[in-house]
Amino acid sequence: MRTNNEPVHVQELISKKKQSKNLFLKFEKAIPIILFLIASVSVFTTIGIIYTLFSETIEFFKQVSVVEFFTGTVLKPLSQDPKFGVLPLIMGTLTSTVIAMLVAAPIGLMTAIYLSEFASERIRKTFKPLLEILAGIPTIVYGFFAFTFVTPLLKHVIPGLETTNILSPGIVMGIMIIPMIASLSEDAMSSVPNAMREGALALGATKLEVATRVVIPAAFSGIVASFVLAISRAIGETMIVTIASGSSKNFTFDLTQSMQTMTAYIVEVTGGDAPAGSTIYYSLYAVAMTLFVFTLLMNLFARYVARKFKEEY
Amino acid sequence: MKYVDAVQVQKRMNFRLIVNTIAKIIFFLSTVFGLVVLGILIYRVFSDGIGWINMDFLTGKLSTDPEKAGILGAILGTLWLMVVVAPVTMFFGVGTAIYLELYAKKGKLRSFIQTNIANLAGVPSIVYGILGMTVFVRALDMGNIVLAGGLTMSLLILPITIVASQEAIRAVPNHLGEASYGLGATKWQTIKNIILPAALPGILTGAILSLSRAIGETAPLVVIGIPALLIPFPGSIFDKFTVLPMQIYYWTLDSSLVEEYAYLASATIIILLLVLLLLNTTAIIIRNKFQKRY
Repeated sequence: MRTNNEPVHVQELISKKKQSKNLFLKFEKAIPIILFLIASVSVFTTIGIIYTLFSETIEFFKQVSVVEFFTGTVLKPLSQDPKFGVLPLIMGTLTSTVIAMLVAAPIGLMTAIYLSEFASERIRKTFKPLLEILAGIPTIVYGFFAFTFVTPLLKHVIPGLETTNILSPGIVMGIMIIPMIASLSEDAMSSVPNAMREGALALGATKLEVATRVVIPAAFSGIVASFVLAISRAIGETMIVTIASGSSKNFTFDLTQSMQTMTAYIVEVTGGDAPAGSTIYYSLYAVAMTLFVFTLLMNLFARYVARKFKEEY
Repeated sequence: MKYVDAVQVQKRMNFRLIVNTIAKIIFFLSTVFGLVVLGILIYRVFSDGIGWINMDFLTGKLSTDPEKAGILGAILGTLWLMVVVAPVTMFFGVGTAIYLELYAKKGKLRSFIQTNIANLAGVPSIVYGILGMTVFVRALDMGNIVLAGGLTMSLLILPITIVASQEAIRAVPNHLGEASYGLGATKWQTIKNIILPAALPGILTGAILSLSRAIGETAPLVVIGIPALLIPFPGSIFDKFTVLPMQIYYWTLDSSLVEEYAYLASATIIILLLVLLLLNTTAIIIRNKFQKRY
């Protein structure tokens, strides 16, 4: 109800309406731009990672030669005559990864086969969430488990085992990535069409034969991708090896000894409050760069395998 | 003349069936293996730690004396960390998902951003720690405060949040949006009033799951440099802090010096696992209760 008797101009009302509509349209047009800026945060994260790692790594290579870094088998950052060879760290990383995969690949794959080919619907529905719990446990808890349970247990079997060694964290890391391999491989196997299974069963194949000769070949790319992703995860894993594998920069094949991985070295150096600008400080970035490149290549390879060799049905 | 030796076939068939049964048992055992380890792990942690959990432990300050040590500081630190991580990841995660699913045209730019997110998801958490240490702690000179740790963690879980939100948005059927357009609503009105509410349960589930990842993550915070020293309780996002996993880390490392620290670590693990269990149960309840099927 209008109480005042001022005349109302229709023109004015129309232009007011237009104005507010224009504002609204402007807002509507601004939305995609705002959202694009939000979405570009993820791109800037990548640029940030690559830029920080790259620029500081270049600083490092001004002080230590590339050849020494990649071929040196001695890493003694704190000694009077510091040596910066990355090979002991790569050795430690690869050793723990190989141990982890020796545990996780067969067990994870067999779990996937069981869940996808043998288990009834009810069993699958109970086991899958339980495996997800295993995958959801923080890595620090696995580290604690490796250090306070698995290592003492292994000492009974291998008397010469050191308190910090590469074997125990390797095994525990394997247990940690079982669910990852199992779940990704199971996904790949489940997407093999039933008609193929039924065809083989009708020809008189047993379930095992169906699994090994029909399903696994058909799901092969997915299975390989799951392995590669698991390897990448193991290479980047930090807390388990930091706690249970110690900080000796040994270049050895002896699994009972302490070996340091790339990730554990990064933790050690940052924990030691290395002064910014020192060679040790820059070595952190060179190691991180190596780690980043390793895992990135693995991930790209996994996606390439999954896409390139995917069988379409 | 017989072409098929029935006896031979029977023998061969029996053998194949036996192999099949043996394989089935082995496969079953390897499935159970993971769960047995899970059982041992949880049993160990509970039997060691449960006796140490009491009110003093939950509300006490950190102390070098294991009898007096409490984890209230770490609990508060974890909560303050979430105060930063939850809004930041939700904002950027959902925003990016809306852009990719509803605005970006199919083409090079979209697939570039998408590939980039997939690659970020595979970057080891410790590398995010280095990014956080270099950018937030040193370059922006924040120091190792809650804000720096929170932003680092947000970047770490951003890819998972984006992917989960994308899936939730994609699961909203097209006809809902089209009905809204048909009534004359604009794109943003449709997104705000129709698509986001319908996708909200899925988005929340994904967000809670990625938050629980951030709560359990240790490596980036170790790199940022969370002190093991006794610090006052954090009271804002600009204070120094510690979190539950860091407490577990330091107590585990020192357990070779003081035996009781291993029990304190176990007790802290129980609390951490309970927090994660609570979060995950909430996520599952939200998913089951509010997820409509169209």
